[in-house]
Parts: sequence; structure tokens; C-alpha cells
Amino acid sequence: MQKFNQLTGIAAPLDILNVDTDMIIPKQFLKTIQRSGLGKNLFDEMRFTPEGEEVADFVLNQPAYREAEILVAGDNFGCGSSREHAPWALLDFGIRCIIATSFADIFYNNCFKNGILPIVLPQEDVDKLMEDAKRGANATVTIDLESQTIKGPDGGTIAFEVDAFRKKCLLEGLDDIGLTLQRGDAIDAYETDLASQPWR
Amino acid sequence: MTGTTLYDKIWNAHQVEAQADGNGLLYIDRHLVHEVTSPQAFEGLRMSGRNVRAPHKVLALADHNIPTTDRTGGVEAIADPESKLQIQTLEKNCAEFGIEYVAMDDIRQGIVHVTGPEQGFTLPGLTIVCGDSHTSTHGAFGALAHGIGTSEVEHVLATQTLIQSKAKNFRINVVGDAPDHVTAKDIALAIIGEIGTAGGTGYVLEYAGPAIEALSMEGRMTLCNMSIEAGARAGLVAPDEKTYAFLEGRAKAPKGEDWDKAVAYWRTLSSDADAVFDKEITIDASDLPPLVTWGTSPQDVISIEGAVPNPADIADEARRKSTERALDYMGLTAGTPMQEVAIDRVFIGSCTNSRIEDLRAAAAIAKGKTVASRVSAMVVPGSGLIKQQAEEEGLDKIFIAAGFEWREPGCSMCLAMNADKLAPGERCASTSNRNFEGRQGRGGRTHLVSPEMAAAAAVTGHFTDIRNLKAEG
Repeated sequence: MQKFNQLTGIAAPLDILNVDTDMIIPKQFLKTIQRSGLGKNLFDEMRFTPEGEEVADFVLNQPAYREAEILVAGDNFGCGSSREHAPWALLDFGIRCIIATSFADIFYNNCFKNGILPIVLPQEDVDKLMEDAKRGANATVTIDLESQTIKGPDGGTIAFEVDAFRKKCLLEGLDDIGLTLQRGDAIDAYETDLASQPWR
Repeated sequence: MTGTTLYDKIWNAHQVEAQADGNGLLYIDRHLVHEVTSPQAFEGLRMSGRNVRAPHKVLALADHNIPTTDRTGGVEAIADPESKLQIQTLEKNCAEFGIEYVAMDDIRQGIVHVTGPEQGFTLPGLTIVCGDSHTSTHGAFGALAHGIGTSEVEHVLATQTLIQSKAKNFRINVVGDAPDHVTAKDIALAIIGEIGTAGGTGYVLEYAGPAIEALSMEGRMTLCNMSIEAGARAGLVAPDEKTYAFLEGRAKAPKGEDWDKAVAYWRTLSSDADAVFDKEITIDASDLPPLVTWGTSPQDVISIEGAVPNPADIADEARRKSTERALDYMGLTAGTPMQEVAIDRVFIGSCTNSRIEDLRAAAAIAKGKTVASRVSAMVVPGSGLIKQQAEEEGLDKIFIAAGFEWREPGCSMCLAMNADKLAPGERCASTSNRNFEGRQGRGGRTHLVSPEMAAAAAVTGHFTDIRNLKAEG
């Protein structure tokens, strides 16, 4: 997994509540058997007309945000399905960080498995970052995971919370399957005890 | 010391290790696998030279992507090459890693969340995962069941465990008797309407109270299925006599002495009387009307007697804008009575409402009536066994005589990954679980309803208060 420590990039404002996984990557693109290549279909039905033309006013089509690496979005981002194709598509497009007041649980979890940092902030902080982001390419934001801070374009700093284990995995780019396999003895012991519940 | 909740009991029984940071390494008893979210997980195992730790705890089948039309040509005859490849890939992966695969032509094939319980793969007190958010369905049996992403699918295949953070406990008491024609679907929608699509985020929901006890297992599955639409990873109903009666004798359920031992254990699986919940609400089912959604989020719920809401009445700017966006997408005008909204399509199916009881309820409405001329309607049973049972009961004939299409089992137009989808602008009364923009096809407009309400809309051509529609003598 790609490490995440510090990121300075353009933040794009996606001022919509309940951005769901069907918006992020519509189901017709889930037929792939690979992880890569989904970026071109990120937000497909919002980014492109049915004929495949770019929708000019969609934020990621605007010149200032085509290279965005950070999304600032409304409440409950990533609600809906468990499809990891959603973070894969975001990552493939180049998005490494999403900031919102809340995230759907499965999506939030999936982000960390793919080197994407989802940040939960209070409404007033999200509002401020959203206003900053609307200023376009001049509004770069710096995210520092180690110190858990966001530095806005005006130099103001916002602190954020993140689970310690997830932070460590992101900072070091750790494969958590490898970590769990190191606990093989404990899993073996647990399975031995299962004999008393043969239906399991 | 205070008592323990059902969720805490299952968590405690499955924690292999508590981590210093408060997370737990949780043992996973059952893993359901389907064709869409698994290929990259198997590929990951191959790339790192890892094996499947407990193949006998995994059950795989294809459901999202398969055709619901004639399948006599087998997988080879599937028209969409990507769909075909995905299904063939699952079959190959299962053979390579020694996992039981229910093939497309097997009578047990169906939607994972229908086949799992039907086979007794789902049992009380287990931890169950699947790379699909509607895994919450299995909570109807008192199992801790939730959706996971593909990385976690790989993690479970390799280790039979997951690193989890502990959720909080949220009890939803549903009291009173649900009136006639108010179903588990309506109760689920009422709850989501009340707490919102993020109301359950970070919680495991426990549904309790007389109206929940009164539900059949099918109804409990419908209810738990939609827990994820309230933001909760998992929903739970404590097991009871109905649970055991449903499971006894099923192919993968324990038998003989093991069964007795299991039931004795399952009887311990309920929240203690003095258990403390982080959050608790009570809903009175006796007040509920049949419900329908008007917008593009499952929380956009209104009584069938109601009208399309007016954004101008909403003070909060973000919510007002969101409602305007939804009405624009849905092609609805504020103030229009829901019963005047005409529909083009009807979909009866999905892991929410495709079980035998759902089909019976819809057939009872369709019997002796005709699908309105403007409407195209389809019924997609949840599994081959349900299809067979419905045919034995003559339900297929009732549907076909009324003008419904009678299809092969699968996820179908719930997510429209196969050929079953809405055209832009088409309006659908759907028994599925999500009304997101584009969910059933780009530009398609989805209204979530119960099977009875879907059948009523099919025969009248518009949303109809089922309580006023006379069933055939």
C-alpha cells in the first residue's frame, strides 16, 4: 500500500450531501477483475453526458480542479455499497484525502486500505475549507498525518483525529494481512477452542 | 456491573485478541463470496503466495452480474463478455482455492443473502461477512453480519479474522401491532426516515419489541437488510423459536445432538435486561401507513397519503439544496400527491424483498388484475428454490396472467449491473433498498416500496394506497 505522510495539493469543493458509492463509481464499471484504471470513470454520470462529453460545470472538470488531490464534501460521504471500487477510482484519479463532517462506515474503512486518508471535521471547519476550496487552484491545502493537522491557504491550522492503528498503517504503508498473519498462533488457539461449538 | 448487549456478547465470543489501541482481532465464522468484489482479493492472495485459511467456512456464488432471462445456454452463452469473465473468474478461483461454489444452474443459486439463510449457512451467534453492504440481512438470525470491502475479503480469506473497531449499541424498540398492509419494509423505511441515512453510523442496531417479535424470519431479514441504509454496518434481532423453526433441517444447519447443543447456546443470545445502550428510540408500528420514497436517499420517506415535499419549507440551506437536487432528478413537483405520480416500471425482487412471503404478498394483489398498459413489471425470485416453491404454489401463473415477467434469480434491477435496468427518465416502483441517482440505470427514478405496494402500483399505473385496493375475492 502507498504510504501517506504529508500531502500538499489542490482541494476541490464537492458541496453535496450523501455522496454515495453509485455516484463515485457507477455499477457498470464494477465488471472489471482488476483494481486499476477506474479513475477515468470516477463520478462518471456527473462528469460526463450520456454521449461521453465532459459536463463543464462539474467540479473536477473545471480547469482549477483537474489536478485536485483532496476533496472537501458534504455529510455522510461514501454511503451505500461496500464496493472498494470507490476508493480505487478516487485513488486512480489522484485523490488521496477526503474531508467531510461524516463518512459511511464501510467506505471510511476501505479508504485506509488503499492509502487514502478520510478526515472527519466539525461542520464549521468543513465550511471554512469548503470556502477556501472554492477559490480554486490558489487554494492549496497541506495535510500532515504525523502531526494530525491541516494547514489552509491562509496559514490557519486545523487539528484532526485518527485511529492510532490506522494512522500507523498509513504512515508506514503496512499490509495488515501480513500483520494479522503474525498472530497465527492466537488464531490457531482460538480455533482449537471452537471444538466445543461444532456448528461453527 | 451492568448487563451485556447481544452485540457485546457476540463480540466477546469472537475476539481472538484485544489490541492495545482498543481494536479487536475478531474471528469470522462464515464468509459469503460473490463475483463482483472478490476477483481482486483472490488475485491479491496469488500475488503474495497466500492461501485460504478455512475454505469450508466460505460459500461462493454469482448473483450481481448474471442474466435473469433464459439461462439454458449456461455461462458460455452470457452476452456481456465482462459479466461472463467475472463469473468464470469466480468459478476458477473457487476451484483453485477449494471453496464451495454454487453454480448458475444449481437450484440453490440465488442472491447471497437469500441463499445463505436458506441453506442454514447463516446461524445465530455467528460472525458473517461478505463483500456486499447488505450482509446486514443475516442479523435477522442474531448473527453479527456486515459488509466488507475487497481488501477485507482478502484479509478474511487469508486469516479468517478481521481487525475491527468496536461499534456502539443502538436499540430500536418497535412497539404496537403493525396494521394490515404495513410490512417489515415499511417499518424499515420508517426507521430510516426517523434517524436518517447516517443515524446508525458507528452503531450496531438491535431491533426489539413486540412488533419485531411478531415479524416472520422473512420480515426480519427485510428489516435487518436495510440497517446499512441507516448507516449501521449491522442490525440484529435476538433469535427465538421462529429462528430455530426456520433453520431446523436446513442443509448446512447442525443436526442431532449438535443441533440441541446449538439451540441451548442460542437461547443465551439476547441482551440482558439491565444492558445499557448508547442510544435508544421507540417507534409505534400501529401508527404507520404504507410508505414510499420520493427522493434519492432512503431517508426521503413519506406516507402513501402524503405529497411531494416543498424545498421552500426547509430552513437548513444544505438540506434545501439537497431536496431541490433530488426533486429535479426525480422529475417531481412539490405538492403533488404521491398517489398521482404515474410509474413506468415495477421491480419486485432484491435481497430486501424477493423471498417466498414477499412473492405471495405481491401475488395476492396481482391476482385477477392486469398490469397497467403504461407499465412494464418484473418479478425476480431471490433463489432457485424460492422460484421453484412459488411455481409449486402457482404464483408464477398469477404473475404471468397479470402481465408480469417471471425471471430467473439474481440481484437484477436492484443495482442494474446486468441487462435489467431503467432507461433515462423512467420511473420505477421498486422493492429494492436504494433509490440513489442512477442506481437502477442512468437517469432512472426509483421509489422504494413494499412488495404489495409495488404490485398495487403495477396494476393501477401509479402509486396507490394498498389499503384502498380491493384484493380479488
